[in-house]
Amino acid sequence: MESYLLTYLLFTPIVGSVLLLFFPKSQEKAIRWFGLAVTLAAFVISLVIYFKFDSSLSTFQFTHQIQWVKSLHISYSVGIDGISLLLILLTTFITPLTLISSWSAIKKNVKLFTFFMVFLEAAMIGVFVSLDLFLFYVFWEAMLIPMYFIIGIWGGERRIYASVKFFIFTMAGSLLMLVAIIWLAVYASNQIGYFTTNLLELYRVGPNVPHEIQRYMFLAFFISFAIKVPIFPLHTWLPDAHVQAPTAGSVILAGVLLKMGTYGILRFCLPLFPQSAVYYAPYISVLAVIGIIYGALVAMVQKDMKKLVAYSSVSHLGFVVLGIFALTPESVQGAVIQMVNHGLSTGALFLLVGVIYERTHTREIAYYGGIAKLVPVYATILMIVSLSSIGLPGLNGFIGEFLILIGSFQSQVLGSWWFVIFGATGVIFAAVYLLWMYERVVWGRVTNPKLETLKDMNTRELVVLIPILIFIVWIGVYPSTFLNVSHAATQGILHTVSSFTFNFL
Amino acid sequence: MENSIFLQLLPHIILGTAIVLAVVIEISTEKSKQILPWLAVLVFFANAIIALYRIPESVTVYGMLSVGGKAAIFDFIFNFGALIGILSSVNYIKKYGAYFGEFYIIVLTSVLGMMLLAGSLDLFTVFLGLELMSISFYILAGINRKKLSSNEASLKYFLLGAFATGFVVYGIALIYGSMGNTNLKFMFNHFPNLISHPLFVIGMGLFLIGFSFKIAAFPFHMWVPDVYQGSATTVTGIMSTIGKAAAFSVLIITLTAVTTGSAPHTFEDYFIAISLLSMLYGSIVAIAQKNLKRMLAYSSIVHAGYMSIGLAAGNAASIGGIIFYLAAYTFMNLGAFGVISIIEGENDDRVNLDSYAGLNKKSPVLAGFMALFMFALAGIPPLAGFFGKYYVFVGAIEQNLVWLAIIGITASVISIYFYLRVVVYMYFKDELEDFTIEKNIPGLTAVAISALAVLVFGIVPDLLMSVIISALK
Repeated sequence: MESYLLTYLLFTPIVGSVLLLFFPKSQEKAIRWFGLAVTLAAFVISLVIYFKFDSSLSTFQFTHQIQWVKSLHISYSVGIDGISLLLILLTTFITPLTLISSWSAIKKNVKLFTFFMVFLEAAMIGVFVSLDLFLFYVFWEAMLIPMYFIIGIWGGERRIYASVKFFIFTMAGSLLMLVAIIWLAVYASNQIGYFTTNLLELYRVGPNVPHEIQRYMFLAFFISFAIKVPIFPLHTWLPDAHVQAPTAGSVILAGVLLKMGTYGILRFCLPLFPQSAVYYAPYISVLAVIGIIYGALVAMVQKDMKKLVAYSSVSHLGFVVLGIFALTPESVQGAVIQMVNHGLSTGALFLLVGVIYERTHTREIAYYGGIAKLVPVYATILMIVSLSSIGLPGLNGFIGEFLILIGSFQSQVLGSWWFVIFGATGVIFAAVYLLWMYERVVWGRVTNPKLETLKDMNTRELVVLIPILIFIVWIGVYPSTFLNVSHAATQGILHTVSSFTFNFL
Repeated sequence: MENSIFLQLLPHIILGTAIVLAVVIEISTEKSKQILPWLAVLVFFANAIIALYRIPESVTVYGMLSVGGKAAIFDFIFNFGALIGILSSVNYIKKYGAYFGEFYIIVLTSVLGMMLLAGSLDLFTVFLGLELMSISFYILAGINRKKLSSNEASLKYFLLGAFATGFVVYGIALIYGSMGNTNLKFMFNHFPNLISHPLFVIGMGLFLIGFSFKIAAFPFHMWVPDVYQGSATTVTGIMSTIGKAAAFSVLIITLTAVTTGSAPHTFEDYFIAISLLSMLYGSIVAIAQKNLKRMLAYSSIVHAGYMSIGLAAGNAASIGGIIFYLAAYTFMNLGAFGVISIIEGENDDRVNLDSYAGLNKKSPVLAGFMALFMFALAGIPPLAGFFGKYYVFVGAIEQNLVWLAIIGITASVISIYFYLRVVVYMYFKDELEDFTIEKNIPGLTAVAISALAVLVFGIVPDLLMSVIISALK
């Protein structure tokens, strides 16, 4: 039973999305509820997995392996550790909420939309559970198609440009990764006697690849993930995709899709190519810090709320990358928890922007002003989420950023305080751009008469946002619940890296 | 003895009998147009099934032809592909103004030519098969003689094709001159000695150039865009898939000497050059195309390039990969041309991208199929097209041709743009042209079969790959 749990989790949305195709197009209500039921079922299964998960182990659990393509030794091989578990929970938690949030926003072709959302969930789960590089690659690419359609069909004015750019950017990176995967598998066939893409076997092969070649391999994987994260200067697709995507698309994009990049770095780049990871860590950290500051500065001058949140993602994910490549226990733990935090906070910010956009059909900051009196509940929730994104102690953002900065401070791999000193300015800038936006939108007097009729949040919207708020406070007040889950796994990765390089722990 | 040879040649005999029978039916009854397509479907289906049974064992007939084994895999691809092509054509050729019984007869003869090519063990058989296939194609390209575009396509194809055949014949003559024999087995066995013979090398070079023309590789591609655009859509579908597969089968057979002989990679540089140029040229020029048939013509050049990577690598993994790729390409391309043939109007219209704008609203089913074929052609996993590329790349990297694989993925990234553009038009744009799509049950069946094959061979590639591997051993 236990070994099948991940398969159930993965196939629930796959089967659900196929069943959705048999619904008549006009039955929009039934389609919406069915889509919600499928994603909630996936959430329940992931909770079962959470309670059965033994967080004291750093090895993969619930593993399950079936031969898939015999001629190339590709297997359907799944399993999770603490890092994947947190991200799976985030995925299954966010997806039903976004589905509910889209009930009023998506009026066109509901069937196709729900199908793509549920299928997207399956692909995202697939990415987090795969223990075979090939299987991982299949899900990594499969995820592109639904997102491409979601942006392209239900997006804003420049949706075609944004969706094609999104697709080509990601594809360009991942094809490079494909060549590296094949190269690694061919190398493995010379070392251990057979062609394999099994991750656990490649963990033993990767670190022994001659270092000059290993660096190319590392870069091939890393660029693919860096595009997804996105790390400066590969971020240009992100603002376009975010701004053009419908709210549900933006939430999934920010909440889960970007994490796939940082997850990939943790799962593949570090343990497969530890020497190269240490070699490149300072350079990548420089890019991360540039990303933190650049994203924040650009966010500051945005006139469009959604664009502001999009650029803030570049800044926040810079922290995650810095934490990963500082390679200390605290910073990597901080990076993992920050991945979850960013998913919750930024997801919530996009939802909130979506809520008000549905009412006024504009995201121009200048259009608003003084809405605190008109929509007090909305203003309060926006305040809490903004503060969480800024990193106020007591809310989730603080924990992640604090751990990352503390860890990077002690990092021997980085070997300099300057990373932290510059990185920390990102926290200050975050306060500037978010509070400034908040001030312009919420406070002051109502200057725009069109706003007088603005309605506050309805029950459905509260149902979507309150669960997120609960976790924002929970992680902020008692982070151990979540840190414990990933602790053993991050230590395991760091142990692998240090055992192949030098003892810096 | 006599009996067993009869059995071994059964598929060829079935096809030959069917051709004669079809001619008789065509002469004797007015209703031939309704009978012949189903006769052809029946024959192709029977031959495809027989081919499947004959894969495990390969037999040589009089030293001229091999049946079973690798040849049987190709026979399966040809017959199954032709079956799909015929189903697409049943309603289409009425619309196209080529409602003749001869159409089916000529498709039957072309498949007979392909089967001779894939089984050839002698340069004479190669030539015989090549001519039977090519001449059938020249006629098919010009099947509607009242249409200017069709005439142009046929004439261009014929003139340039005859030129290429001339290369092949001249090559065969020189090879014969250098080894005093036309037997391919003889050539394999004496390859190391022959390769030092300048006449032989020139002969092989001419031979390969002739077939590079047939697989539509750069720089022998000049005929492709015009012929693909001008011919009837379903004819283009057949030519571009199983016709290409037949030409590749000969290249694979002749290069067996390279893979098994003691002088490997003699022609590696040649194939590297044509694959590199085909991939880059085809993918860049395809971006500028508005006509879907023309776009797929350039895409066909790109795919010839990917497959040639496998010829350059020339190891077991890549040869298996090419065969898988050819099968996958047959299904996805026939499917795409099938959709185009359903949508196409009476006067060669409705083949431009604009006609596909908002197709999802007109016909969600056709749009869904077309999107599937476009993603498969672009190589998105887990569809059949991806695995073809994957196997070929594995072969290339095993042969240390990593840089060629990287050029290959560069071309893939460029290709995504024009494949996705079709999807963009179908799903993201509003309708630009107002027309209704006629009901076409056989055509839709053909498309559905192709789609099923693209999905099944993508999700369970072993179904096909294990067979290919066993046949190559």
